[in-house]
Amino acid sequence: MDITHQVVADTFHQESGRILATLIGSVMDFELAEDALQDAMLVALERWPVEGIPRNPGAWITTAARHKAIDRLRRMYTLARKQELLQSLVEQEEPVEGGGEGAGEMEDSAFPDERLKLMFTCCHPALALEAQVALTLHTLGGLATTEIASAFLVPVPTMAQRLVRAKRKIRDAGIPYRVPEAGFLGERVDAILCVLYLIFNEGYAATSGNQLIRQELCDEAIRLARVLTMLLREQLLLAAAPEALCLLALLLLHNSRRTARVGAEGELVLLEEQDRALWNQHEIQEGLAALELALRMRRPGPYQVQAAISALHAQAKRAGDTDWSQIAALYGELLRMTPSPVVELNRAVAVAMAENPLAGLTLLDRPGLGQALDEYYLFHAARADLLRRAGRLREASSAYAQALDLCHNERERAFLSRRLAEVWHS
Amino acid sequence: MRYLLLIYQNEAAHAQYSEQELGAEYEAYNAFGAELRTRGIEVQGGEALMPTSTATTVRVRDGKIATIDGPFAETKEQLGGYYQLNCKDLDEAIELAAKIPAATRGSIEIRPIVEFE
Repeated sequence: MDITHQVVADTFHQESGRILATLIGSVMDFELAEDALQDAMLVALERWPVEGIPRNPGAWITTAARHKAIDRLRRMYTLARKQELLQSLVEQEEPVEGGGEGAGEMEDSAFPDERLKLMFTCCHPALALEAQVALTLHTLGGLATTEIASAFLVPVPTMAQRLVRAKRKIRDAGIPYRVPEAGFLGERVDAILCVLYLIFNEGYAATSGNQLIRQELCDEAIRLARVLTMLLREQLLLAAAPEALCLLALLLLHNSRRTARVGAEGELVLLEEQDRALWNQHEIQEGLAALELALRMRRPGPYQVQAAISALHAQAKRAGDTDWSQIAALYGELLRMTPSPVVELNRAVAVAMAENPLAGLTLLDRPGLGQALDEYYLFHAARADLLRRAGRLREASSAYAQALDLCHNERERAFLSRRLAEVWHS
Repeated sequence: MRYLLLIYQNEAAHAQYSEQELGAEYEAYNAFGAELRTRGIEVQGGEALMPTSTATTVRVRDGKIATIDGPFAETKEQLGGYYQLNCKDLDEAIELAAKIPAATRGSIEIRPIVEFE
């Protein structure tokens, strides 16, 4: 690839989200904006080798794409409503001739960042969650349909169809392209956070699948969380939605353990057994700073509590230094905010670490919890572990057996079998 | 007496209509409209809706608005009334839908109306 192609490719990768956001703002149509952007990329590939690379490639391409959108609109429509749009687009034009000429002189301020609006559109609750995720990765992340399909293990035509349907619904149902009014802001920011968290988890949770794409999902989620906090701050909305900062902190703190959590043979390494020297201190520091800023806004939420738990782990030099009583208290807080059996399980484990195994067992044996988590092998594995440590070996061995019945991960099974044998022989 | 006549049809089959079939359908609706006029029937409203893929369902539970992608799909609730509103965008329609008293117990399905230009 020659240097011009490289610049075009880089511009596309780094700035397509921002360029698309601007274009969609002008033409109010996802498909038209995408087509115009493609056209403009081709113009750049043709002209940059001859005329040189413009000073602000992103602005150049935005201007060129707007021209292309006008061309397409002229060819496509003669209807009154489109005429109005065409008129307003032409009026937005700089008095320059052809392609993106002159755009190189454009100052950065003339190229406003409209990505926040685009995030609210892509993560609108009138779209199915899976469509929100795909659309966010596609329009804001610039990921190709094939990449998204392979990340979510979905056939390419299915993913393409999902994207097309989502874009049509935005257009046909009148899903807005704007920052929501104050009354809706909190829940709509939450919707964006939910999508970013899902994208991150898809890349983080599983160790199977294409490793490169999984890493890209994590990086993309963090990048978009950074963009979101930056834009909310610019609009003076960050104090109204500090959970955005907390999600960024949580993702950075998780990601800091990426290298340490996978062993030499691809197996997951438990937090207590990780080599903490491998944790990425740069990401930990950035995560802690984001959390610190959010704490000062005094509006606690579920991401804040989860980030605080993750921060306590990050701050422990050795596993033995972990502040378990603080973590147990935070899980109690999380349980109050978002009641769920899995959070209850985590709290019980933390209480067992902070106090003693019996205290944890009392929480695990609360009526109803065992029923809710009966199919969840980690519940039985955690219960078995506490029973073993409390010296109740017979009960421990039957809990290990239950966990083994439900667990399908080879390495986890090996670990549980080893424990079961130990309990038998002691 | 005033009556509301609701049109139900197989969307998937309708999406497969040829140009010719669509044309014939258009003519048939025109003929129906002409008959209403000649018979002096007062038409108080009547619109074509966009397909259910553009639908959004709104419910209010515990004071919180739940916005769901897709049409209303419960069989335990029945159509009880309607409003036809001209809104700025879907967010305004959702906000108003949530204020319809039935939203706290039932569901409000929002369907865009086809604009013939």
